[in-house]
Amino acid sequence: MLTHDLLIVGGGLAGLSAALSADPGLRVGVISKVHPVRSHSVAAQGGINAALANHPNGVDDTWEKHAFDTIKGSDYLADQDAVELLCRRAIPTIYDLDHWGVPFSRFAAGTIAQRPFGGAGFPRTCYAADRTGQVLLHTLYEQAVRRNVTFYDEWLVTDIIVRDGKLHGLLTYDLAGGEIIPLRARAVIFATGGYGRIYLRSTNAYINFGSGIGMAYKAGIPLKDMEFVQFHPTTLCGKNILITEAARGDGGYLVNAKGRRFMEDYAPKAMELAPRDIVARSIQTEIDKGNGFDNEYVHLDLRHLGREKILKLLPGIREICLHFAGLDPIDQPIPIQPAQHYSMGGIDVDATCASPVEGFFAAGECACVSVHGANRLGGNSLLEAIVFGKIAGESASLYLRDGPFEAGGDKELAETARALMSRMRSIHERKAGENVFQLLNRLKRLMSDTAGIFRDAATLRRGLEELAELRDAYRRVFIHGTCVRYCQEMVVLVEFEHMLEIAEVILLGALNREETRGSHFRTDFPKRNDSSWLKHTIITRSDQGPGISYRDVQIGRYAPQERVY
Amino acid sequence: MTFKILRFDPLKDEHPRFQLYRHEPKPQDSILEALKDIRNQQDPSLSFRYSCREAVCGSCSIVINGRISLACRALVRDLGSEEVVIEPLPNFEIQKDLIVDLKPFWEAYRKVEPFLQAPGAVPEKGHLVVEKDMEKVFQYITCILCACCYSACPVATRDERYAGPAALAKLYRFTLDPRDERPFSALERVNGPDGVWGCDTVFRCNDVCPKDVRPADGIEGLRRKIIAGKTRRLFRRKP
Repeated sequence: MLTHDLLIVGGGLAGLSAALSADPGLRVGVISKVHPVRSHSVAAQGGINAALANHPNGVDDTWEKHAFDTIKGSDYLADQDAVELLCRRAIPTIYDLDHWGVPFSRFAAGTIAQRPFGGAGFPRTCYAADRTGQVLLHTLYEQAVRRNVTFYDEWLVTDIIVRDGKLHGLLTYDLAGGEIIPLRARAVIFATGGYGRIYLRSTNAYINFGSGIGMAYKAGIPLKDMEFVQFHPTTLCGKNILITEAARGDGGYLVNAKGRRFMEDYAPKAMELAPRDIVARSIQTEIDKGNGFDNEYVHLDLRHLGREKILKLLPGIREICLHFAGLDPIDQPIPIQPAQHYSMGGIDVDATCASPVEGFFAAGECACVSVHGANRLGGNSLLEAIVFGKIAGESASLYLRDGPFEAGGDKELAETARALMSRMRSIHERKAGENVFQLLNRLKRLMSDTAGIFRDAATLRRGLEELAELRDAYRRVFIHGTCVRYCQEMVVLVEFEHMLEIAEVILLGALNREETRGSHFRTDFPKRNDSSWLKHTIITRSDQGPGISYRDVQIGRYAPQERVY
Repeated sequence: MTFKILRFDPLKDEHPRFQLYRHEPKPQDSILEALKDIRNQQDPSLSFRYSCREAVCGSCSIVINGRISLACRALVRDLGSEEVVIEPLPNFEIQKDLIVDLKPFWEAYRKVEPFLQAPGAVPEKGHLVVEKDMEKVFQYITCILCACCYSACPVATRDERYAGPAALAKLYRFTLDPRDERPFSALERVNGPDGVWGCDTVFRCNDVCPKDVRPADGIEGLRRKIIAGKTRRLFRRKP
């Protein structure tokens, strides 16, 4: 049986960062359902935050100020010790990345360039034009090639094998071979990303089903703060391709159909550079009030920046507009609308990335430490993926040094593999039933209708009822034909089961949290309520269904205050 | 519209064949969206790669009406025909339907040592790099490793040992980077017919590149560096 000391699931920034920091003496394997450079990290555009103080308007910036902005941006739901760790480590992390070959844009002095971003007191977002995710992912992959990391490309993990609280390994579907293969491991790091494609409108890659989060939940690992879903304010109308926050950071305006910069009414000081939850809600409010175009979108206007600035700082955005919308942002405003973008919640881990199950770690978007709380600031996700990916690699290595010497569980692994194969066979044998692609569309509609930007109890309850019907329909699912190699229907079928769990946890967390905080806006409870709700939602699966508990937020030197921008 | 799509499972079929599908996409749909709709609604056994759907991950390169393109960025309204012929990338073995085995592409990539070689310690405040010098590499870092160039390359068609445009352009990107200190001998590895001298300079790679990388510029650049390096050595000047 294939055996590793450490298996890392996910080849995006968090997974590669973990692979690079793991003890080189360990047998490490990275499993990814796509080739690593196809991971969604590649699509990040605007940048990565660190208080380098390189910008002329940012000479007084410090990691403490970065931490404060992050905590305020999180609507005080982030754990302050974890945020401080993130912001302190941000600075050496950028220099490491630079030394590994990341081609950061430069200032005239030769230092790493920085730009303003939403919710930040200083321009502290480092970037490579508007292709920051691409250069970061490619660079980390290059370093992994340099170190000869073992990759299992185009293998989909289907189950985590935990028996009696003991981790044995993973079950996988090798797409090219069409086989179910168990892998033994002494420790596992999940870096499986977000679940954006649980919504109709999302900036995420088509592959972002987030099944890793659901898989962990199914294996008994709790999920934290899942009701906090980020909607990005500016996505291209229709296709919902991300239009980076840097477009506003570099000076772009948001304008409604009346020609007004409406952010004046919502965040008079920060204007377009208020945090994402506030800007997304403001745009949606304008559209709902009838101030949008075609009741669908508003304009992001870059024309006043001028040709030269757009070509230098936002070439990728221009390319997206030209190819996907047939317009040139040098001459025309961009039609934009909010869409799902990021998951603040995720697998419950501490600041060492350890989960309650021994040997199981998680990092990046699939995990919740929590450093983003109720709303993530732009430029902090790439940072979190790389910093906590590294911490996960270090923690897992430390655990393995003192931990179990041999991976066991051959029997359990073989049993689980047989169970999945016989389940697949029985699904294959069905002649009729539900089409999983149709079920997926129903789930997306359900989540968009009931757990969007604005929420209330009645709608969330309806969401949970409809979800139960979907669960029922999923039991009757069937597969067309007999092909098992590169069978996307099988991929969706496996991942859909986990998406159902994610949807339930989001809806439940949102229904129970009777307040408004960050991205979670309850029209029936429109105020933040610190006396009752300054706490994390923890949801654990049991045979009786989901069990909800709460954990206090780690408050440090920053006492919660009203969030005004 | 008629979609004529190449189907092939090398483990089951003797020869590839075309399968016809009727599908009416919206004009603003991409070919990738059309393929997904066909798969989801008509034939779930149809296999193709995709991920980001915004032309940055490099997964969905295929041949559309004879042109090598990214499926996510080719829009139905730009086709100008009622019939669409869709085939997998040439110069690679088909694994299934539109999915090809990119092994030779990745092997060539690995061979050029595609990583920055900066042997010293991490500078305390980062490397100081002249803005214009850093911008020189920007042409090459937009490469998304989609392999369109490799599959369009006539040299790669006849000689599978040839490194191909993307790998050579990647190497050139590092030689342009002021932080990189790889020795001149690293260029020796591509100083032959499998490397920069294999290029026919017909620039098919530049034509098909969806990101305007112009990989042939990189090949030309490497040739110049190799010649300059040799001349310097001849006259025993310091490089």
